Amino acid sequence: MAEVLVLVDHVDGTVKKVTTELLTLARTLGEPAAVFVGAGFDAARDKLAEFGAARVYVADADGLTDYVVAPKAEVLAQVVATSSPLAVLIASTAEGKEVAGRLAIKLGSGVITDAVAVEPGTGGDAVLATQSVFGGSTVVHSTVTRGTPIVTVRPNATPPVAQAAAAERVDVSVTLSDAAKGARITDRTVAARTGRPELSEAAIVVSGGRGVGGPEGFAPVEELADVLGAAVGASRAATDAGWYPHQFQVGQTGKTVSPQLYLASGISGAIQHRAGMQTSKTIVVVNKDPEAPLFEIADFGVVGDLHQVLPQLTADLKARKG
Amino acid sequence: MNIVVCVKQVPDSWAEKKLSPSDHTLDRESADAVMNELDEYAVEEALRLAEANEGSTVTILTMGPEKAGETIRKALSMGADAGIHVVDDGLHGSDAVATSAVLAKALGTTPFDLVILGTESTDARMSVVPAMVAERLGLPQLTFAEKVDVAGGTVTVQRVTDYGYDTVEAALPALVSVVEKINEPRYPSFKGIMAAKKKPVATLTVADLGLSADEVGLAGAWSASRDFAARPPKAAGTIVKDDGDGGHQLAEFLVTNKFV
Repeated sequence: MAEVLVLVDHVDGTVKKVTTELLTLARTLGEPAAVFVGAGFDAARDKLAEFGAARVYVADADGLTDYVVAPKAEVLAQVVATSSPLAVLIASTAEGKEVAGRLAIKLGSGVITDAVAVEPGTGGDAVLATQSVFGGSTVVHSTVTRGTPIVTVRPNATPPVAQAAAAERVDVSVTLSDAAKGARITDRTVAARTGRPELSEAAIVVSGGRGVGGPEGFAPVEELADVLGAAVGASRAATDAGWYPHQFQVGQTGKTVSPQLYLASGISGAIQHRAGMQTSKTIVVVNKDPEAPLFEIADFGVVGDLHQVLPQLTADLKARKG
Repeated sequence: MNIVVCVKQVPDSWAEKKLSPSDHTLDRESADAVMNELDEYAVEEALRLAEANEGSTVTILTMGPEKAGETIRKALSMGADAGIHVVDDGLHGSDAVATSAVLAKALGTTPFDLVILGTESTDARMSVVPAMVAERLGLPQLTFAEKVDVAGGTVTVQRVTDYGYDTVEAALPALVSVVEKINEPRYPSFKGIMAAKKKPVATLTVADLGLSADEVGLAGAWSASRDFAARPPKAAGTIVKDDGDGGHQLAEFLVTNKFV
């Protein structure tokens, strides 16, 4: 059976949930094999085996993570050349999409980004990807018509399902081209850690917008997020006003999220914002304004002041938890 | 320093966007067209860098139909010096791969030290073209920049990451893509609008770039849409008015649906 390569998204060997989702999807297409770039394979091995990686191509030479994006594409191109996979799956993050783009040019292959589902293709197509475009208003089925299909898949596209496999290590030795070493990372700055799940792959996101009223208005949003084990998001109005850090912006020019539950408070729901959250499975809206457009796509809505509703909800949930 | 900014004309974000039933491409006639918002930040950053480095030029590059020339004019009225417009009926339906091929070839027609783009277009939202152009031209890729500095032949950026930012540096020539946090784009002044009318805009065809017809447009696309449909309208949800127990009702909903 042909391999389906999954690029492992990890931090020093701690494997991100999206990788287990991609391995689960890869199984429906062919034999899952992982590609691991950087240090930390020993820490990652068990997780990759648990979710079905038959083989793991490991490139852990020094320097592979010292440059922007290009080395990962070179490693993948080399593995594709030897493994002739049926497809390559990559997490649809900012960096994952850039790796996919460079890989497409190297391989002479088509690329599809932001898939929310991937299945075997029909009539000669290797894969069929589902995309949700124009802020979620249109569903498109796409395929790659040339080369090895490269598909980036959004986090939360599928629930990860364990299926043990060997995760046999295959070392890949890569000599980076000079072009791949053009943009050198000289320093990494880590913003204060929140202790909350990462926004792009959280199962629940609680977000705040103009209606929170100021930086301190995010306190009830954060308290609710913590009782739900959720990530915190913000609308562009809130990040532009400096009320919440920019990296938490959900929307057209920020992050696209697709959690099980998206709870928006004080966000009217301009197209800009909807484009970043419309594929969420369940949408809950709290807003003072009954005319807020986001109510149109809400599964449950409360017309009311978030500064009353959120603290009451948080206290209620805390009481139920005991 | 010579800076080239790649810009794209897109349907207004606020407009309803549709796919054309005949060839599955974006129906660009049905919505007002504007400069891609993130590209305004790219133009602004180029102008600021040019102002800080005397003797610099800013050239605007776009590909698209005749009408896309409006986007070049807007950038010229903001203060850019010249434009290059790749306009050819054969470009219709180009995917990201083909777009990057056209931009890479067009960049070969003009000297540059720095190429600046927005991180993504608001219509397709793939965010892959900057990386593809860098790959094609072997340029250092400094993408997702929230801060750009150029000094002594070296460009340094802060690249936004999930955990904060990376400091990235490269020797010129190099390619940079910018996020909206980077600056506040200026509005064209009346004087700028008048001056823009006299600035040179070169037009190029696919053949001028040495590309063949089957490398661009729908024929040159390496991906294809098999079918599409409007998302079925969502069944109306339950909306309650908060009469003092809105939080409790919401808690009940979350518990019933097993989110807690």
